[in-house]
Amino acid sequence: MGLRDRRDIETDVYQPAEDSQLLAEAARDRLEASDRVLEVGTGSGYVADRIAEETDARVIAADLNPHAVRQARERGLETVRADLVSPFADGAFDAVLFNPPYLPTDPDNEWDDWMEAALSGGEDGRAVIDPFLERVGRVLAPDGVVYLLVSSLTGVDEVVERAGEEGFSAVAVADESFPFETLTVLELVR
Amino acid sequence: MKESLLEILRCPLDKHELELEDAEYADDENANEDEVVSGTLVCTECGERYPIEDGIPNLLPPDMREETPA
Repeated sequence: MGLRDRRDIETDVYQPAEDSQLLAEAARDRLEASDRVLEVGTGSGYVADRIAEETDARVIAADLNPHAVRQARERGLETVRADLVSPFADGAFDAVLFNPPYLPTDPDNEWDDWMEAALSGGEDGRAVIDPFLERVGRVLAPDGVVYLLVSSLTGVDEVVERAGEEGFSAVAVADESFPFETLTVLELVR
Repeated sequence: MKESLLEILRCPLDKHELELEDAEYADDENANEDEVVSGTLVCTECGERYPIEDGIPNLLPPDMREETPA
């Protein structure tokens, strides 16, 4: 489904799709009940909710979008309106999950609304992923792990290389192919 | 927000601890922890204030608080 088709369904909050499901299941299988987990860019709260329900981990759901944090809270999640990981303490989380806005977008073809903020990763698809990789290490516990969803449209190799520059080694723990893209969940550890 | 969330929340500007002021709590006897419905989080270092509304703390830096997309 292309950017335009996705937009027509909902205009304020990104709703769960194949990428959400892949991330939720890959992370769920690897998290423990004692973990403290942050989901960045939670959107509807679907991934955070599944992790909370299926692992008993304490999950904090964060998003920039006021409509998203309200939807996530309606699911009963602990929510925080935040820019990436900026309002969290050093070393606070055993795991951080992120299904980022990753679609490469022509700057002349932007809508300037919340759905664009949820989908568009700028011209190279990595406008949000790069700052996330730069900052996420600070809030991870010493053995903390990042689960990051990446699309072939964004360039998995480029993301792995950038993660390496920030001190992470990356392993692909799940992937799924679609006619227009392959989705991969990367596990990043230091 | 649960009051225990304060332990891991920090000022987004300088990463110092936050203090809860003017807190109003949900009236739910079944909850095992106090739920803060509204109030203000104040940075113990720079004094910047962050609102809690409908149980959701808004910890965006002041220049990002507008209700429009970035």
